[in-house]
Amino acid sequence: MTRRVPILRQNGILIASIQEELSDGDILALQSRILSDVVSINAKAVVIDVSALDVLDSFGTRTLTEIASSVELRGARTIIVGIQPEVAMAMVLLGLDFRNIATAFDLDHAFDLLRAA
Amino acid sequence: MNSASIQTIRSDGDIVVARQTGRKIAEDVGFSRADQALIATAISELARNIVVYANSGEMEISPVETVSRSGVRVTAQDYGPGILDIKAALADGFSTGGSLGLGLPGTRRIVDEFDIQSVPGEGVTVTIVKWIGR
Repeated sequence: MTRRVPILRQNGILIASIQEELSDGDILALQSRILSDVVSINAKAVVIDVSALDVLDSFGTRTLTEIASSVELRGARTIIVGIQPEVAMAMVLLGLDFRNIATAFDLDHAFDLLRAA
Repeated sequence: MNSASIQTIRSDGDIVVARQTGRKIAEDVGFSRADQALIATAISELARNIVVYANSGEMEISPVETVSRSGVRVTAQDYGPGILDIKAALADGFSTGGSLGLGLPGTRRIVDEFDIQSVPGEGVTVTIVKWIGR
């Protein structure tokens, strides 16, 4: 089963709102859609809400990091929103992190960060 | 007592099902939400190794209980090429599959017992156990 993540557009910001657990293929599909949408609307920022995710393993972390790096090279920013506390703990123990990527605890916080920049 | 689950792992969808099954069994056994996330993450890494390196294999997830403690045991078995250098595969940052190289060493860090057996040409079997409250 393929799960398509809704991507909203608001004032030049792409908001990818992950609703349920994603397979590796779903995450790769999200990656290519975000990158093409960033170009098509000249997005200045990408906000990815991961609060519905129960697991962020090495593959998920690496792919989100790749998305953020590509978006940044394009001149836009990426903010990862809503990492669950248990997920954050598991990531740290596994040796994973989102170094150099902005994170926020909810969407409001993400927009505050974007306004402040 | 909860029953064990045995699943075939051969696609990325199977990885999702395996970690959801593992989380459910961990919850039934009585693990905290934090430990459920650790177990689900470990299962995800082991299941992905099967898909990436061996194409297919099996995973058994079962509750374990002794007189003094309860936990979950996961056995991931494949019949792929095997691992030539297990010591290297357990080192942070080592990967032959283009990944971060944190799957196996990371998994070993977050469980209480970790065993890996590999015969080159015959496959890999990884067994992990996590106990409650350790």
